[in-house]
Amino acid sequence: MGFLDIRNATKSYGAVEVLHNVDINVEEGEFLVLVGPSGCGKSTLLNMIAGLEDITSGDIAIRDRVVNGVHPSKRNIAMVFQSYALYPNMTVGQNITFGLEMHGVPKPEREKAMAEVAKLLQIEELLGRKPGQLSGGQRQRVAMGRALVRKPDVFLFDEPLSNLDAKLRVDMRTEIKKLHQTLGTTIVYVTHDQIEAMTLSTRIAVMNDGYVQQLGSPKEIYDNPANLFVATFMGSPSMNLIQVKLRVEAEAAFADTTDDQGGKVSLPVCGASAALKSYKGQTVTLGLRPEALTDVEGADHRSDHVEKVQSMVTVTEPAGSDTFVTTTFGGTNCVARMRADADVHPGQRAEFAFNMEKAVLFDPKSGKRIV
Amino acid sequence: MAARAEADLRTRLQNWIPKLVLSPSLAMIFVFVYGFILFTLYLSFTDSRMLPSFGWVGLENYSKLWRLSHWEISLTNMGIFAGLYIVVCTVIGLMLAIFLDQKIRGEGVLRPLYLYPMALSFIVTGTAWKWFLDPGIGLENTMHLWGWESFSFNWIKDRNYAIYCLVLAAVWQTSGFVMAMFLAGLRGIDNEILKAAQMDGASNWNLYRRIIIPQLRPAFLSAFVILAHLAIKTFDLVIALTGGGPGRATELPATFMYSYTFTRNQMGIGAASAVIMLMTIAAIMIPYLYAELRERK
Amino acid sequence: MAAATQGTAIRTGRVARTFIYLVLLLFALFYMLPLYVMLVNSVKPLSEITGGGMMNLPEIWTVEPWRKAWSEAQIGVQPTGLKPYFWNSIKMVVPAVAMSTILGALNGYVLTKWRFRGDTILFGLMLFACFIPFQIVLIPMARVLGVLGLAGSTWGLVLVHLVYGIGFTTLYFRNYYAAFPTELVRAAQIDGAGFFQIFWRILLPSSGPIAVVSIIWQFTNIWNDFLFGASFAAGNGAPMTVALNNLVQSSTGVKEYNVHFAGAILAATPTLLVYIVAGRYFVRGLMAGSVKG
Repeated sequence: MGFLDIRNATKSYGAVEVLHNVDINVEEGEFLVLVGPSGCGKSTLLNMIAGLEDITSGDIAIRDRVVNGVHPSKRNIAMVFQSYALYPNMTVGQNITFGLEMHGVPKPEREKAMAEVAKLLQIEELLGRKPGQLSGGQRQRVAMGRALVRKPDVFLFDEPLSNLDAKLRVDMRTEIKKLHQTLGTTIVYVTHDQIEAMTLSTRIAVMNDGYVQQLGSPKEIYDNPANLFVATFMGSPSMNLIQVKLRVEAEAAFADTTDDQGGKVSLPVCGASAALKSYKGQTVTLGLRPEALTDVEGADHRSDHVEKVQSMVTVTEPAGSDTFVTTTFGGTNCVARMRADADVHPGQRAEFAFNMEKAVLFDPKSGKRIV
Repeated sequence: MAARAEADLRTRLQNWIPKLVLSPSLAMIFVFVYGFILFTLYLSFTDSRMLPSFGWVGLENYSKLWRLSHWEISLTNMGIFAGLYIVVCTVIGLMLAIFLDQKIRGEGVLRPLYLYPMALSFIVTGTAWKWFLDPGIGLENTMHLWGWESFSFNWIKDRNYAIYCLVLAAVWQTSGFVMAMFLAGLRGIDNEILKAAQMDGASNWNLYRRIIIPQLRPAFLSAFVILAHLAIKTFDLVIALTGGGPGRATELPATFMYSYTFTRNQMGIGAASAVIMLMTIAAIMIPYLYAELRERK
Repeated sequence: MAAATQGTAIRTGRVARTFIYLVLLLFALFYMLPLYVMLVNSVKPLSEITGGGMMNLPEIWTVEPWRKAWSEAQIGVQPTGLKPYFWNSIKMVVPAVAMSTILGALNGYVLTKWRFRGDTILFGLMLFACFIPFQIVLIPMARVLGVLGLAGSTWGLVLVHLVYGIGFTTLYFRNYYAAFPTELVRAAQIDGAGFFQIFWRILLPSSGPIAVVSIIWQFTNIWNDFLFGASFAAGNGAPMTVALNNLVQSSTGVKEYNVHFAGAILAATPTLLVYIVAGRYFVRGLMAGSVKG
């Protein structure tokens, strides 16, 4: 059993079940990110952990204590909200200590705890101000201070960075990560931003339609997505999906597709499993991340399975650090991530390098990855 | 695995306190509004005279009511009054709002001047207009003194015209409020749409007719609903301005109900007329409130 | 209002503008005229009114009509002036406004932050209660007040105004609190604050503007009420509006117009003062009762 256990938890509003049999165990000190599109149930799940929404069936336990039906203030959790939810009529200091006050902590102790947190977050000079006088980043810090001061078992973050501008968001992301590393706290963090999920988490739960689609480390999720939803949701630009026909010759398997002119392209699949071979002769979906489809010079030199294929360049999008090149394979648009100075031009054919070590294959009907 | 915990005391309290807090208000509303409505409805089917009594007479009060010329007059008066009141208030309100919206200097002074009558009691308004319209000392007399000997304005004493005096005083009181509603609507229109329309070469007239006024639909609807319900409830103004006279020239359903119930001791008929008033208002308000509450979900 | 300073992008010609100003000024005169007439004639001796124009400024200025209206005029049986009735109104208005506003605030808080199944329907029922023609409740109310021993008393009127004011105050607070971030309530819950603590410490400190709106609306409405006052509080318990009407309508003796006007202004003063001091909030209250959303 873990530190925070979600066992078979479901949530229904009337007859509509919005969260189906969620099972997640979070270890002490873990940073779990719940990620998914809006309406996937991630915020509902977070609110259930917080006690702000009740659990229809199943259990949630913190430190082996089942907390279903326990008031939010008695679960020893703290939450940072999307809007920060700072009490507008109180000063920063009062905001931070309000929870302690409500729990009957005597004033000297509150002051001491506040001073500690303020020092940690470097907001000492803000303590006398009202939230209305703070910038977005400062509010964010105060909101974290309010959570930290309680020394809770679990921190809950509900899209805390989505109200910040792009630059500040990156800075605060780093700070949250630093805080997690120094304090070693257990965090459950909700976001719709897959980059936040990748950078912050020790584990990610990708959610959609009220189901946990995949639970795993960022690397697992990114490299070995369990299904097409996870594959396309995580990563930007999203994974290229090419319809290929599976051909099996002796021990080797090949993914057959076409280039822009309908010419035959045959890509050897490395390490084909028996399960995969059973799809022999059928159409499957080949998934390849843009960084696994590059110019020849930019291809991963450690990979032994780089296939070079010519195709027509339709669009180039120089992004500074890379150039994204659009082309066509198997009748669908594919995006390749090339070096910034790759010599490609729209309307010309160029050589694309497929790193087949990174390729994953999906059953097009069920959407599940073929292992 | 630990046994499933029941909700703790605090959580259970938290589920009950809100409902507990709401309940006194709800109880009052249910008793004093809906209970009373049912009671009055019941009375309208009884032979109550000076005091409520419970002899069931079916629809007799209603059939009597509809045969009473007094009731018929008050309904006709209501038709004239409500129709004119709503139309004139809307026209004046819309016009003032549009004019005020032309970057008028002194808007800040004019707006409160237009609106202050809304803060007055209808009794005060009635008293003021009563003497202003009185031929003996009011406008007519003043005009005579100023040398316009042939000027005649005695509507308030005239059976055929007294109802228009009622309209005048009521319009004076509420048209400023309608102006404020339309002004809020005008200020809510996206300026870029207007700029786009001007780029398209729309004249001011067309701009208002084709672009702006159609966008004020919600304000028109609200104005209509508020004015209609105020018109049906008009009571104090009649009492203070004309007392329902001359004769019955300015009787309205509200004054009818009051006099039948409390001075003529025909409580059954009074109750029946109140029920009809309620149904009229309900026919206007319920769809409106329903739509408003649905939208905000 | 930020929007108030932003006019439309429409350009008008010189002639049109002159016309617009003319119309606007004419209407300003129209709205001001009755008040002017009342004011001017309330400081004239009676002879000047019956003999001369009502528009003229007084030749002899006098405060006698005001004094008379306040403390001497014959209202009902006794020559008490409007003074006792003014205090009746105050004694009725203050508790009724306070109680209906407090209840409205709590109701609005529950209906937005502690929502439950069917709350919208309950609110709809409360809201509809604002718009009923009060004739429909007069008969049973009279009886209930009699049974409760409140007939003819100020407390009876307080109860009546409380009951029929809750709908509006609830509407105001509900609309206001609907825009108040629910996350603040959730944060406070996690911090361990209870139902009343959240209301008291988190919502109430931010409720100033809407409380003003609610208080002004209730004050104006209750002060100006005539129907309930006339129905349930005859005689010495009558509120100001009823007393004024009695003064004006009394058929005995000479009609002292100047006293009537002074009385009318006395009856209008409290609400006019409120309007002058806090007109902005008054308008907001009016609008919230109509254009919602």
